[in-house]
Amino acid sequence: MFLSNDVQENTEMLERHIVQPADAEHPTILSTEDLHVYYGKKEAISEGDLRFASNQITALIGPSGSGKSTFLRSLNRMNDRIATVTGRIMYRGVDINQPSIDVYEMRRRVGMVFQRPNPFAKSIYDNIAFALRLRGTTDKHELDEIVETSLKQAALWNQVKDDLNKSALALSGGQAQRLCIARAIAVKPDILLLDEPASALDPVSTSQLEDTLLELKQNYSIIIVTHNMQQAGRISEYTAFFNQGRVLEYDTTSHIFTNPQVQITSDYVSGNFG
Amino acid sequence: MMNPKTQNKVAIGTLYGVAGLVVLILLALLGYILVSGLPQLSWHFLTAPAKAFLKGGGVGVQLYNSFYLLILAMLISFPIALGAAIYLYEYAKDNWVTTTIRTAIEILSSLPSVVVGLFGFLFFVVKLRLGFSILSGAFALTFFNLPLLTRSIEDSLRTIDTTQREGGLALGLSRWETVTRVILPAAVPSILTGVILSAGRVFGEAAALIYTAGQSAPALDFTDWNPFNISSPLNPMRPAETLAVHIWKINSEGIMPDAKAISSGSSAVLVLAILLFNFAARYLGKRLYKRLTSA
Ligand SMILES: Nc1ncnc2c1ncn2[C@@H]1O[C@H](COP(=O)(O)OP(=O)(O)OP(=O)(O)O)[C@@H](O)[C@H]1O
Ligand SMILES: [Mg+2]
Repeated sequence: MFLSNDVQENTEMLERHIVQPADAEHPTILSTEDLHVYYGKKEAISEGDLRFASNQITALIGPSGSGKSTFLRSLNRMNDRIATVTGRIMYRGVDINQPSIDVYEMRRRVGMVFQRPNPFAKSIYDNIAFALRLRGTTDKHELDEIVETSLKQAALWNQVKDDLNKSALALSGGQAQRLCIARAIAVKPDILLLDEPASALDPVSTSQLEDTLLELKQNYSIIIVTHNMQQAGRISEYTAFFNQGRVLEYDTTSHIFTNPQVQITSDYVSGNFG
Repeated sequence: MMNPKTQNKVAIGTLYGVAGLVVLILLALLGYILVSGLPQLSWHFLTAPAKAFLKGGGVGVQLYNSFYLLILAMLISFPIALGAAIYLYEYAKDNWVTTTIRTAIEILSSLPSVVVGLFGFLFFVVKLRLGFSILSGAFALTFFNLPLLTRSIEDSLRTIDTTQREGGLALGLSRWETVTRVILPAAVPSILTGVILSAGRVFGEAAALIYTAGQSAPALDFTDWNPFNISSPLNPMRPAETLAVHIWKINSEGIMPDAKAISSGSSAVLVLAILLFNFAARYLGKRLYKRLTSA
């Protein structure tokens, strides 16, 4: 049979290869079970059951349109009203994908930073403080302190400490993105979701942002969508490869990049995807 | 065949010519109104009551009526327009209900104001027995203003990026909190500009008022602020000819000897007021925006 060679090669590579994190020091903080996401009738996520380790960085990679953003936005219910999400999203033993969940409270535990920096048309201080005030933190000292620590954690404090009352819209792209991170962590989430947070930034800002994330890992569990393979390699412990709405491979980042088990993953991370 | 460069030059020349012509016509119009009107203006003219048969009447009452009607109409229409715009843009899904509402708004906003006036006459003046009154006029103006104001506020909301809304939601704010704490503050400069511009339009409106607020301006007693007295400036049930209606009336049936002069003077006042509204809109809008973005 002259096809046997091809068949032979294909069986060497697996079609799907999922290794969930198993690290006693970093127990699972969030997991998806039987997750499906539909835009109208179109299924955008059909296979995406992942476990995320606490206090680690997990990278979501894959070609454009593969469903990374869709998946990420489902995790804190940002797809409510936009898409239909079925299945379970377990956060600390609770399925947060059910109607009875208080999504507003949940989103304060599972924060999100977007691709394009979106500071509010308010002062730098108020960008961070106003959500806290709305939830009853009115003590000026307490607010000052939270604003300062969040800005320090986001590595922005030194650049803006004298300009806290200036409008946030005057910040540079990289600064604005770090402000958005500060804003997100000020409400003290457990998990931080980031959707290509560095794609609008220059290399210097990007590397500062990466340092910030590595720093934040101590206190937060981070899930980040990125198109930048080097970035995923530099900062993440685990990497999930998405393709056409399915997670085809999930493993430690070093495995994904040095020894991928799925042909498409291998093509993608080596840049031969086409 | 012209070469592209000449073609470009001809095109630009034509555009400049057309634009220049428009500006010229506008300036000529404004100039004519102001040149013939400004000499008539005096403190007496702006404050004295009108006279029906004699020389030397003013437009004090009409001017006051215009502002009073404007404020009432704005007080009624702004909250409704704001609510409608927020509902339509921030909450409503695209379905047949919202399509119907949008179409209705579209049609209402292109309705000639005479028609709005006649409707106001039949409904408020006759059916609801409000008579020729400030209230009838204010309701008619609300109908005239509501569609345009709703659309202008909706456009203001549209200028605020969706990423702002997602930012609010991602912080655990409810949709209402996101709209009121994030979106509206950011949209204030542009909403304000829209409100002031629509105020200018309302201020100059005549056709919708002729049969609703009426064409007579009973003398007002500016020391009597009890809204239930007929001569009180605050009384909403009295007929109230506005400046714009006054101009129309003098020109069609004015029998005072200085009718021409009064009409010119009134026109100048009207134009000045509207210019003022426009400049205020630009200035305040820009200032507010600056304060929000740089302060
Ligand atoms: N709001 C939406 N309505 C309908 N379809 C959508 C919507 N958002 C995304 N999709 C579709 O869902 C699929 C997955 O899109 P998604 O944005 O999740 O991809 P992605 O992996 O984040 O891509 P990228 O790398 O370009 O950001 C695509 O086919 C896209 O067209
Ligand atoms: Mg995306």
